[in-house]
Amino acid sequence: MNFQLTKEQEFVRKMVREFAVNEVEPLAADIDREHRFPTETVEKMARYGLLGVPFPTEYEGAGGDHISYAITVEELSRVCASTGVICSAHTSLCCWPIFAWGNEEQKAKYLPDLLSGRKLGAFGLTEPGAGTDSAGQQTRAVLDGDEYVLNGSKVFITNGGYAETFVVMAMTDKSKGNRGITAFIVEKGDEGFSIGKTEDKMGICASSTTELVFKDCRIPADRVLGKVGQGFKVAMSTLDGGRIGIASQALGIAQGALDVTVDYMKARKQFGKKLSEMDALRQVVADLATKIEAARLLIYQAADMKDKHMNYGPKSAMAKLFAAETAMEVTTKCVQLHGGYGYTKDYPVERMMRDAKITEIYEGTSEVQRIVIAASVLGK
Amino acid sequence: MAFKIIVCAKQVPDTNEIKINPETGTLIRDGVPSILNPDDANAVELALDIKDKYDDVHVTVVTMGPPQAQDMLFECLAMGCDEGILVSDRAVGGSDTWATSNAISAAIRKIGEFDLILAGRQAIDGDTAQVGPQIAEKMDLPQVTYVKKFAITDDMKTITVERALEDGHEVIEIQTPCMLTAIKELNTPRYMNIAGIYNPDKKITVWNAADIEVDLTTVGLKASPTNVFRSFTPKPKGKGMMLAGDTEKDLAKDLLIRLKDKHVI
Repeated sequence: MNFQLTKEQEFVRKMVREFAVNEVEPLAADIDREHRFPTETVEKMARYGLLGVPFPTEYEGAGGDHISYAITVEELSRVCASTGVICSAHTSLCCWPIFAWGNEEQKAKYLPDLLSGRKLGAFGLTEPGAGTDSAGQQTRAVLDGDEYVLNGSKVFITNGGYAETFVVMAMTDKSKGNRGITAFIVEKGDEGFSIGKTEDKMGICASSTTELVFKDCRIPADRVLGKVGQGFKVAMSTLDGGRIGIASQALGIAQGALDVTVDYMKARKQFGKKLSEMDALRQVVADLATKIEAARLLIYQAADMKDKHMNYGPKSAMAKLFAAETAMEVTTKCVQLHGGYGYTKDYPVERMMRDAKITEIYEGTSEVQRIVIAASVLGK
Repeated sequence: MAFKIIVCAKQVPDTNEIKINPETGTLIRDGVPSILNPDDANAVELALDIKDKYDDVHVTVVTMGPPQAQDMLFECLAMGCDEGILVSDRAVGGSDTWATSNAISAAIRKIGEFDLILAGRQAIDGDTAQVGPQIAEKMDLPQVTYVKKFAITDDMKTITVERALEDGHEVIEIQTPCMLTAIKELNTPRYMNIAGIYNPDKKITVWNAADIEVDLTTVGLKASPTNVFRSFTPKPKGKGMMLAGDTEKDLAKDLLIRLKDKHVI
């Protein structure tokens, strides 16, 4: 057992920390207020390899591992959770399934553009009537000659408005239930494919969350990702990894909130004492710091297991559940420690608390994580 | 033939974080992170910018220091430099600028051919700005210090630089091979690249005093003509004086009288 990060992982943290503090943090409050997707930051992330961290260099990835990927999302989210999820959704939900399930032609065609960040990726599973019950897919794909014709819509798609490559689930044989779902690669500009409504959200306001609309959308049959009928497997394996990304986002939010709160407590005086000198408040901070560190260990362990091709699904569910609930608790208490100032937009903890909430919901709600964890403990 | 650039860099304690023990007059280095000296990062950036723009450019970073200075070389390579060389030996420990430039010059001679040597203007731990120019003198190279703007002809023979002065700048043309020292106005250093961090081909070589074939009577503490006998933090200035008065006019008058008394105006 070895709890030390490798030299490379340490340098990834140093690099992403510097990048985040200089390039991401100065924009965070503004892009949140303006609900503006930070295109300029995405270009910079691409230049420095942040959009292809855990993939091999033969496809223009950075050649890193999943711990360094987790660190990347954590450090970005420490200052801006919107920027963190842009990286996470792109990497875990679009690049990864193409890397893991794509055939050689698909990998050669799509991965270099995605991993180098020349194109952004997104993932479409959720539908208006199929959220946690993702097997209830209504989007249909019908084979017509050598093309599939897609009809239906997807909602809450992260990066939707800015992605150019989409991994999309659709029902190819409804009679087979889960086994009738197939994964497809859809490109921006495909006939009959359009971006629908953009959501107006509570938090992660600078990330793009949209509807995807398929109206007699025709795509070549060689865009099937994996085999016909394997879509549910593709989706579930993708979400196992996605949970590492979202857990890292939650961890980053929590760490960021604690860091700014520590600074505040060292400066703010009441009753002639700094807040950081008050025993009751020190007790609160001790608990928050402990939970953050526990979340970090769960995440890095899940990421390490993924790199070692072990069965990491239940572990990533634990990591995501614990990190998300930690982020919510930490940010709520950090707002409280700031008092009235924490409730204003002059201090970043207000944004961080709004941003934290989504980590308990997307890529599997906390309830779903508990189902996965319970099944691993008690059996299905 | 490759255009060969050698960048002289130093790992320094982040002086923003450092304090001096008032009792002993020594630096408190505990827990202070070590960083790539900021001006040296500008020199690295210039080298990498040349490498980005022209084919067949090779960038070697050379430094002297304890074994942990390899971390700084790792960072330079992760930014895109090709090769790192650390001169590390107890025999060169405690060197002042004169002895350091003897060792670095020896290392550069050992590297062999080069077209351009770059360094930062000065290191934030000593602020001497001497090592770069001394290397140029000892290597018998033309040099320009305080470079804030750089251009090179396509044949890579002629460099035009702007050299910052207190009240303006000089435009200087210089032929390669030569030595330039960079200031922060020159450029904005890039970050490391994740792919660079994971690049397995990073080449870091550690040389001892014997490897660089340096005359041992010219390096190290004993060979250093200067040494630091005391470090101290200057006493903070006293509190300012607050003037009181009923009207702004009274205050201004009071201020004028006081300034005249002190012969300030």
